[in-house]
Amino acid sequence: MTLDKQTIQKLAAYLEEAEMHAHDVTKITDDYPQLDSEDAYAIQAAIRDIKAARGTRVAGLKAGLTSRAKMKQMGVDVPIFGLLFDYMSVPNGGEVKTSELIHPKVESEIAFVLKKPLKGPGCHVGTVLAATDFVLPAVEIIDSRYRNFRFDLNSVIADNTSSSRFVVGDVAQNVEGLDLRTLGIVMEKNGEIVAMAAGAAVLGHPAEALAQMANHYGARGEEVPAGAYIMSGGATAAVAVQAGDAIHVRFQHLGAIGFRFV
Amino acid sequence: MTMAPADIQKYGDELYAALVTRRAIAPLTDRIDGITIEDAYRIQERMVKHRLDKGETVIGKKVGVTSKAVMDMLDVRQPDFGMLLSGMAYSEGEAIPTDTLIAPRAEAEVAFVLKHDLNGPGVTAADVLRATECVMPCFEIVDSRIKDWKIKIQDTVADNASCGVLVLGGCARSLRGLDLSVAGMVVEKNGEIVSTAAGAAVQGSPVNSVAWLANTLGRLGIPFKAGEVILSGSQSPLMPVQAGDHFRCSVGGLGSCGVRFA
Repeated sequence: MTLDKQTIQKLAAYLEEAEMHAHDVTKITDDYPQLDSEDAYAIQAAIRDIKAARGTRVAGLKAGLTSRAKMKQMGVDVPIFGLLFDYMSVPNGGEVKTSELIHPKVESEIAFVLKKPLKGPGCHVGTVLAATDFVLPAVEIIDSRYRNFRFDLNSVIADNTSSSRFVVGDVAQNVEGLDLRTLGIVMEKNGEIVAMAAGAAVLGHPAEALAQMANHYGARGEEVPAGAYIMSGGATAAVAVQAGDAIHVRFQHLGAIGFRFV
Repeated sequence: MTMAPADIQKYGDELYAALVTRRAIAPLTDRIDGITIEDAYRIQERMVKHRLDKGETVIGKKVGVTSKAVMDMLDVRQPDFGMLLSGMAYSEGEAIPTDTLIAPRAEAEVAFVLKHDLNGPGVTAADVLRATECVMPCFEIVDSRIKDWKIKIQDTVADNASCGVLVLGGCARSLRGLDLSVAGMVVEKNGEIVSTAAGAAVQGSPVNSVAWLANTLGRLGIPFKAGEVILSGSQSPLMPVQAGDHFRCSVGGLGSCGVRFA
C-alpha cells in the first residue's frame, strides 16, 4: 500500500462518479504513479462500499485479462478480479442503453455458479469443478472509465476491471462430461460473425480463472461463497458496439444469448 | 481468353517438377497475362495427372480459401479446391519429414468421410449431413510450389490448392447431434495454445464448405464418391512448421489429432 485511506476514498469516488454519469476520465496512475495493486484493490473495495451505502448489492464476481494475448499486452501473468453489481444485469433478449455507458465493448465467456465455497490458496481446476453447481453462457459488456480504453494494470483494477453490464444465458449444464476447454463460442454482430473462440482461450481452461480468483481472495483471508455467480473472463476478443447493434452469441452445449444496444 | 492446351501442359509440368524437386517456381500470375481461375484448374488437372500416372490414387478433395481472412488476402469471395492423393496421407504419430516439403504450414481442420456419392449442383447442407459417414479432426500441411508463398488465387489453384500432406485424427463421430458450427477448435504448438476458434470460421460451418465443393465439382463433372475424404477448410491461422515441432488440435464433441515433424 502506498496511499492513505483518504486518497483511496477520493479515487474511488472519482471513478464511481465517472461510471454513474457515463463520462471518461484520465487514468489515476497519471497522478499517483506509485499506486500498487493493493491500493488498486482497496479503491475497488471502496467503490463497492459507496454503492452499498446506496443499497446496491454485489451480484457476482468476474475475472479479467484472462487471455494470453491480453496478459502479454499488459505484461502480466495473473488475471485481475472485479465485482458485478445488481444493476449491471441485463436479461437475455433485453436491451442495453448506450446513453448510460461510455464506449462499451462486448466479450463472450463461460459463467459458473458454485454449490460449495472456494477457499484458496491451493485451488486448482479440479477443486473448482468439484465446487461448481452448473455453468452458463454469458456475455460481458465492458466499459473502461478511462479515456480511449487507455490504462495500465493498476488503473483497471481500481476501475473495477471495467465492469459495466452482463447478460446471462438460460441454459445451465453440469460440468460432468462437459469439456469446457473445447467448448466453442461464435459471436455475431448484426448477423455477421465478429469473433470466435474455444474455452481454452481463457488460461487453458475457464475453471483456471476461478482457481486463481479463489487463491487471490484466499491470500486476503476471504473465500468465494457457495451460490456465487462468477464470470470466468472473455474467451472471445472484445468487440466495440454502438446503439442499434444486435449481438447474438452461440455456445456449444449452452444455447445462445441475444440482446440489443439502444 | 483461355490459355492454349500446350501452355496448360507446360505450366502443369513445371509445377509437378517443382513438387518433385522441391524447387519453388515464380508465380504463374507474374508470367501469364490474363490467366483465369478456369485456366488454373486445368493446370491443376495436368499437375495431378502426373501423380496419377505414377500410381497414386485420388482419396478425396480439399477445400481451401474458406476463411474471411484468407479470402480478403487473396481478394476472392469463394473457396477453391484441390485433389487429395494417396501419397499425401500420414498416420497420426508418424513423423512427417520436413525435407520432403518446401515451405510447409500447418492448418487445423475437420475432415469428412462420405458414405454416399454427392452429386451437385443442388446439394444442400441437408444432403451433406445425409451423405456423411463421419467427421474427424485433422491437420492439413499446406505447402507451396510457388516461391515464398507469393500466391494469387490462380497460383494456388494451379498448384493443387497448395496441398501438401495430411494427417487424420484417430477418432470419428457421426454428425447426428454434433453442430460443427459451434464446435470449438483449440490448437497447440509445442504444448502451448496458439489459437482457438469454432467451426463457424469455415463458411459459417464446415458442412457449408462441403456443400459448396459438391456443387462446384458437379458443375465441372468431377466425381465425388462414397469413401472420399474431404478437408473442409482451416479453422486456425497458417502456422509455419520446422523439424521438431509438434501440433495438436482438439475439436469440441469430436476429439483431437496430433502431428509432428522431423
